[in-house]
Amino acid sequence: MMRLALGLSALVAVLFIGSLISGYSHVPPWKALAALFADDGTPVTIVMREIRLPRALLAVMVGASLGLSGAALQGYLRNPLAEPGLIGVSGAAALGAVLAIQTGLSLSFALALPLTALGMAVLAVLLILALAGPRGASITLILAGIAISALASALTSLVLNLSPNPFAAADIVFWMMGSLADRSFAHVWLAMPFMAIGWALLASVGRGLNALTLGEDAAQAMGINLRALRLRLILGTAACVGAATAVAGAIGFVGLVVPHLLRPMVGARPSTLLWASALGGAAMVLAADIAVRELLPDRDLKLGVLMALVGAPLFLHLIYKTRKELA
Amino acid sequence: MLGSVRPSRVLTTLAALVLTGAAAWGDAPENASGHAPDGAAGDAPRRVVSVNLCTDQLALALAAPGQLVSVSRLAHDADSSAMADVARAYPTNGSGAEEVYLLNPDLVLAGTFTADATVQMLRGLGMQVELFAPARSLDDIPDRITRMGALLGREAQAAQMIDSFRADLAELSRAPGPRPRAALYYVNSFTLGDQSLAGAILNAAGFDNIATEAGLDWGGALPLEQLVMLGPDVIVRGRDYPGQSRAEDNLTHPALRTLTETRVAGTLTDRDWICGTPQVLNAIREMRDLRLSMQGTQ
Repeated sequence: MMRLALGLSALVAVLFIGSLISGYSHVPPWKALAALFADDGTPVTIVMREIRLPRALLAVMVGASLGLSGAALQGYLRNPLAEPGLIGVSGAAALGAVLAIQTGLSLSFALALPLTALGMAVLAVLLILALAGPRGASITLILAGIAISALASALTSLVLNLSPNPFAAADIVFWMMGSLADRSFAHVWLAMPFMAIGWALLASVGRGLNALTLGEDAAQAMGINLRALRLRLILGTAACVGAATAVAGAIGFVGLVVPHLLRPMVGARPSTLLWASALGGAAMVLAADIAVRELLPDRDLKLGVLMALVGAPLFLHLIYKTRKELA
Repeated sequence: MLGSVRPSRVLTTLAALVLTGAAAWGDAPENASGHAPDGAAGDAPRRVVSVNLCTDQLALALAAPGQLVSVSRLAHDADSSAMADVARAYPTNGSGAEEVYLLNPDLVLAGTFTADATVQMLRGLGMQVELFAPARSLDDIPDRITRMGALLGREAQAAQMIDSFRADLAELSRAPGPRPRAALYYVNSFTLGDQSLAGAILNAAGFDNIATEAGLDWGGALPLEQLVMLGPDVIVRGRDYPGQSRAEDNLTHPALRTLTETRVAGTLTDRDWICGTPQVLNAIREMRDLRLSMQGTQ
């Protein structure tokens, strides 16, 4: 476990530096990093401190939140298909964020943005758990997810189409696909408190999720309060996904791909998978955010596009594997 | 921004069926044979409909009384239309084929960005549709005026308009002084270069466009990073649109505030910047005044 933790941390650190030295303007890496630490009076310092640093930090925060939420949801529902993006939680959070922006609420009260996103995410998780049941059967989970995603994205499009702003409709792509382009420290500070609460809540469900692998009766016999576990899971997931989506849009598949890749390495222990997925998610979003800037530097390629290219085939593979249950 | 069709494709298709039916009944407009576009005043078009913001303004300036029967809906919007006051005297249309056909025009003025389906349908129904490409330089403006004058049978007025435009432009371009480096910075980090109308306005007002340094002739994405690295003397932002959108966040990014050497020129009205009409002189005058005020502070 120690080796996995060190390996993943090192990967995140390397990718974090990679993210800091990749960008549209070609500054030599050593010069860029030097300008980050010491103000050299050139615009490079502004670029590093105001543009690239918040972007790299947000990639870590958003990736960790999504990876952690995915691992927690999968542990609770004991279903590898549970993922915030696929089951509509991200979509609902995006709707909340769009509502906060379009009603002008976020202008008068900045925290309204993550708060409404969180509120809608809570609603979506509650709806999913109510529809899929405590055991989270694949068929109901996927169908409920499709319904919630479709409704949330339709309402998001509706709200943006009704906006008097001519560019609001173009925002639909951002909210559906997610991007970290030109985010600033304002977004870091906005998301940070909610994510911290979400991480703390989800970190505390590890033992409960381990016990749940033996079934609900066994877990209760081991002294796990299932009701409290469920509440922490709902609030933790909603805080993580709500805050991440409010600043970066809905980035799908992180919570699906990362736990799937790491599960064999942690011996399928849900509590270990939680922190491993947080680190893995951070690494994945960092890597994707480097790729969007290096592949098509002047096109503002959306993160969700890359994630779907990697994630959708895996999703199909997982459905194929669980088709007996689905039939 | 240039006229677009609101109804969905389905509605357009339905309209096509209905309208083709109507045409088959022999209810076609009298002009189906078509007029010579450059005819003398005698056979100049009598019912002209414009469906594009820029042709609206040229037609408003040149048409004979009663000749223009309808302008596009945007023409009434004072934020987009430099001639909204004049345009309010005219009824608007939503630029859809059905609406335009029912106005029974003998000349339809549209932009090359008007939805192709609309243009093809109107032509299929026997209308004369003239397309105007957006102006990309100041030299395009006299061309557009000449063509509009010929189409409307108002050649004399057009010639007069061109003369005064040339004289005013020469007067405005005369202001001396250094040429500061300016960046046009719009929503979604978009910029325009020298080969665009906005770039031409900037040049005529005595600025060098930073898009050229970034290798953008016509325009394109100017990433925030690159803008900061190039550190222009002035950043000219587009106007603030009503409502909110995430796409506009780049205009208020904290990095822009840290550029102490750069003057961020607030919101400039862009209704004078959009169309190749003599209204661009207002934009040039405004930018020239900005440049002269910068010289004063340096």
